Amino acid sequence: MNTVVDIPTEEVSEGIPLSELGPASPRIVAAYGFWLFLLSDIIIFAALFAAYAVLSGATNGGPTGLELFDDKHVLEETACLLASSFTCGMMMLATERRQSGLTYFWSLVTALLGASFLALEFSEFADMVQRGDGPSRSAFLSSFFALVGTHGAHVTVGIAWLIVMMAQIGTLGFRPMVVRRLLCFSLFWHALDIVWIGVFTVVYLGAHS
Amino acid sequence: MFGKLTWDAIPLNEPIPLATVCVLLVGIVSVLGLVTWKGWWPYLWREWITSTDHKRIGVMYVIVALVMLLRGFADAIMMRAQLALAAGHAAGYLPPEHYNQIFSAHGTIMIFFVGMAFVIGLMNFVLPLQLGVRDVAFPVLNSVSFWLTAAGVLLVNVSLGVGEFARTGWLAYPPLSELAYSPGVGVDYYLWSLQISGLGTLLSGINLTTTILKIRAPGMRYGRMPVFCWTALASNLLIVAAFPILTATFAMLLLDRYLGFHFFTNDGGGNAMMYINLIWGWGHPEVYILILPAFGVFSEVISTFSGKPLFGYRSMVMATMAICVLSFMVWLHHFFTMGAGANVNAFFGIATMIIAVPTGVKIFNWLFTLYGGNIRFTAPVYWAIGFMVTFVIGGMTGVLMAIPPADFVLHNSLFLIAHFHNVIIGGVLFGAMAGYSYWFPKAFGFRLHDGLGKAVFWCWFFGFYLAFMPLYALGLMGATRRMQHYADPSWQPLMLVAMGGAVVIFIGIFLTIVQLIVSIRTRERRRDLTGDPWNGRTLEWSISSPPPAWNFAVLPTVTGPDAFWSMKRHRNPAEQPHLVPLSVPKHSPLGFFVAFFAVILGFSLIWHIWWLALVGLIGAIAACLRHAWRVDLEDHVSVATIGEHERAHQAQVART
Repeated sequence: MNTVVDIPTEEVSEGIPLSELGPASPRIVAAYGFWLFLLSDIIIFAALFAAYAVLSGATNGGPTGLELFDDKHVLEETACLLASSFTCGMMMLATERRQSGLTYFWSLVTALLGASFLALEFSEFADMVQRGDGPSRSAFLSSFFALVGTHGAHVTVGIAWLIVMMAQIGTLGFRPMVVRRLLCFSLFWHALDIVWIGVFTVVYLGAHS
Repeated sequence: MFGKLTWDAIPLNEPIPLATVCVLLVGIVSVLGLVTWKGWWPYLWREWITSTDHKRIGVMYVIVALVMLLRGFADAIMMRAQLALAAGHAAGYLPPEHYNQIFSAHGTIMIFFVGMAFVIGLMNFVLPLQLGVRDVAFPVLNSVSFWLTAAGVLLVNVSLGVGEFARTGWLAYPPLSELAYSPGVGVDYYLWSLQISGLGTLLSGINLTTTILKIRAPGMRYGRMPVFCWTALASNLLIVAAFPILTATFAMLLLDRYLGFHFFTNDGGGNAMMYINLIWGWGHPEVYILILPAFGVFSEVISTFSGKPLFGYRSMVMATMAICVLSFMVWLHHFFTMGAGANVNAFFGIATMIIAVPTGVKIFNWLFTLYGGNIRFTAPVYWAIGFMVTFVIGGMTGVLMAIPPADFVLHNSLFLIAHFHNVIIGGVLFGAMAGYSYWFPKAFGFRLHDGLGKAVFWCWFFGFYLAFMPLYALGLMGATRRMQHYADPSWQPLMLVAMGGAVVIFIGIFLTIVQLIVSIRTRERRRDLTGDPWNGRTLEWSISSPPPAWNFAVLPTVTGPDAFWSMKRHRNPAEQPHLVPLSVPKHSPLGFFVAFFAVILGFSLIWHIWWLALVGLIGAIAACLRHAWRVDLEDHVSVATIGEHERAHQAQVART
C-alpha cells in the first residue's frame, strides 16, 4: 500500500533533502492539510472529553453511568464501527486499483455499518430521554450527550460525505481530485474510530471504575 | 414565523445607537451607490470578491481590520469619555446597560476582527511571496476563510441596529452569559458571530501551516526561511491547536443556552469555572497567535533597514518555537483568584515568568541587529523601536502580575487593562502598522507618505502612554475594569489625562486615513518601479510591485538565508530564465456564497427563526456541493504572457 503515501523515493530526489525539493505534490498537500484538520477536530473532542471528565461525577441526584449504560449494546455499536473501518480500508484498496464495482460495494457496506451504529446510538439516546434522563437532567448527562452526540454527528456527516463521493465517482470517475477526496474521507472515517475507542474507554468502561 | 424578532429589536428610543446606525447606513448606502454608479461591480466581483489570489485576500483582510479598527476605537473613546465625566455625583452620558455592551463589543472586535484580521491578512499576503511560491496550499479554502471572517464581522455590526450585543465582557463568562442572567440575544450574537468567524480562522490556520510546511521554493529548507515565516508557522500551529478549544467551549455554552444543558449553569451540577479554564486554554495561545507574527514583522523590518542579516537567526527561531510551546502552559495565570491553591498558582506563575526569557532573547537579538547597522529611519523602523521600548514595559508589568499574591491585588483592576493594552497596542498594533507600511509598496506598487507615517506613529506612541499610564496608577488606587461610574473624585484628573490620550490616538487614526489619501493622490511620484524599494533581503522583493497573479515566473532556487540578498550579489544579468507555461487557480464564488448563507444561518439562530436557519444550512451545503463538481479549477498562463510581464519589469528595473 505504499502508493497511498507517495513520498518521493531516493531515485527521484537524487540526494537532495526532502525539505529542499520544492512544493510537494497535490496529493501530499491535500492529505497533509486534512491531517491537520483531523488534529484540530480531535482537539474539539479533547475539550469535550475534558468536560466529561470534570462533570462525570456531577449527577445532580440523577442516575450514574453504571445505572444507564448497557454493555452489550455498546459492544454491538463498537463492533459495527470497527467493522466499518475494515470495509473502508477494503474500499480504498479497490479505489487504488480503480475497480469501481468493488469500490461501490465496500462503500455501501461501510455506509450500512455506519448507519447501524447510528441506529443503535439513537435507540440508546431515545431510551434515556424517554426515561427522563436526557441532557437537561444533570451536568454529567449534558457532557455525556455532547461528547457521544458529537461523535455521532461526525459519523452522520461521514456517511453523507461517502454518498457524495460515490456520486462523484459515478459522474467524474477516478480522477486525481476525486481520489484525493476519497483518501481524505478514509482518514476521517478511521479518525472517528480512534475517537470512539476513547469514548468506549473513558465513558463506557470508565463507568465501571 | 420570525422567532423572537419583532420591531422592538430596533433601538428607536435609544438615541446613541440609533444615530450610529443611521450614520453607518448612510455610509454603506453611499459606498454601494458609488460602486453601482461607477459600474465597478463586475470588476469587484471578478477581481476581488471571488478572487482566490492570496495577495488580494490578504489585502481584503487588512481592509476589514482597518475598518473594524474605526468601530473598535469608536467604542473605546466612548468609554473613555464616559469615565472622564462619571465621577462622584455625575452619572455620565452612557447608561450602564449600554456601557456594558460597548466594552464587550470593543474587546471582541479589537481581538477577533482587528488583531486577527490584520495578522492573518499580512501572513496571507507575505507568506507565499517569502517562501518563493505561487499561492497558498488551498486557494479556494482561503477565500472561504476570509468570507467567513467577514460574515462574523457583519453579524457583530448587525447587533448594533437589530437587537443588542452581549453585556458580559469580551469572553462572556458564565453564569452571567447563561440564559438565566442574559436572556436577550446579545450573547447569541457574540457566540454565533465568533463561531462562524472562528471556523474561518481555523481553516486559515490549517491552510497556512500546510503552505509553510509543504509548499516552499526549491532549496528553501527550514533553516533558510525568513523569520516572519517561522513566526507565522508558530502562530498558525497555535491556531490549529487552540481555536478548536474555543469552538468546543462556545458550543457547550450554546447547548446550555439553546437546549437546556448544564455545562456551566449554577443548577444541575454545572461548573462555571470549567468555562474559564477552557476559554483561557484558547485565550492565552491567542495572545501569541497575535504577537508572534508581529515579532516576525519587526525582525524583517529591523534587518532590512539596518542593512544586516538578523542577529542570532537560530536563537530567534528557537525563541519563537519555545514561546509557541510555553503559551499552552500558562492559561491559569488569568485567574489565580480561582483558588486552585498555592502550588498550582506557583507552577503557573513560574511558567509565566519563563516566557519572558525567550521574549528577552528576541529583544536583544533586535538590539544587536540594530547595533553597528546602517540604519535608515523610515516609518516601519519608528514602529519597531517604539515597540521595543513600549513592549518591554508591558512585559515587565506582566511579570509583575505573574506573582500570584500581587495578582490577587491587581486582578480585574485597571492595572490589568493597562498591562494588556501595553502589549497589544505596543506589540500587535505597532507590528501590524509596521507591516502595513513595509509591505504596502509590494501590494500596490507605490510607497506610503513617510512623513505622515511617522506622524501616525508619534500620535499612537504618545497617545498610548497618555491613555494607559494613568490606568496603571488608577489600578493601584483601586479602580476596577468594566466600571461605568466611580465615587472617588480624586480619580478624575487621571481619567481626564487618559481621555486626552484617546484623543491623540484618534488624531493618529485620522492621519492614517490622510496618509492613505495623500499617498494615492501622489502615487505617480511614489512609484516602486524596481519591486525592491527598501533594498530588501527576502524573496518578495525579487519580483515586480504589485506582483503578477503567478508571483514568480520561475520558482527561485534558494541557496542560503536572506535568499534575495545573495541573489542580488551573484545574479548574472545576461542569464535569461527558461519560462514554461503555468497555471493559477480560477476565481471562485464559493467563499462568498458560503458566507452569505452562514450569515443567514447565524442571524436566524440568534433570533430563533428555525425555518430560515434550515434555509441557510442547506444553502451553504448546496454551494459546497456545487463547487465539488467543478473540475476546471485552473487558468493557464502562456509563456508569451509571462515573458511580456518579465520583460516589462526588467526594462523598468534597468531604467531606474
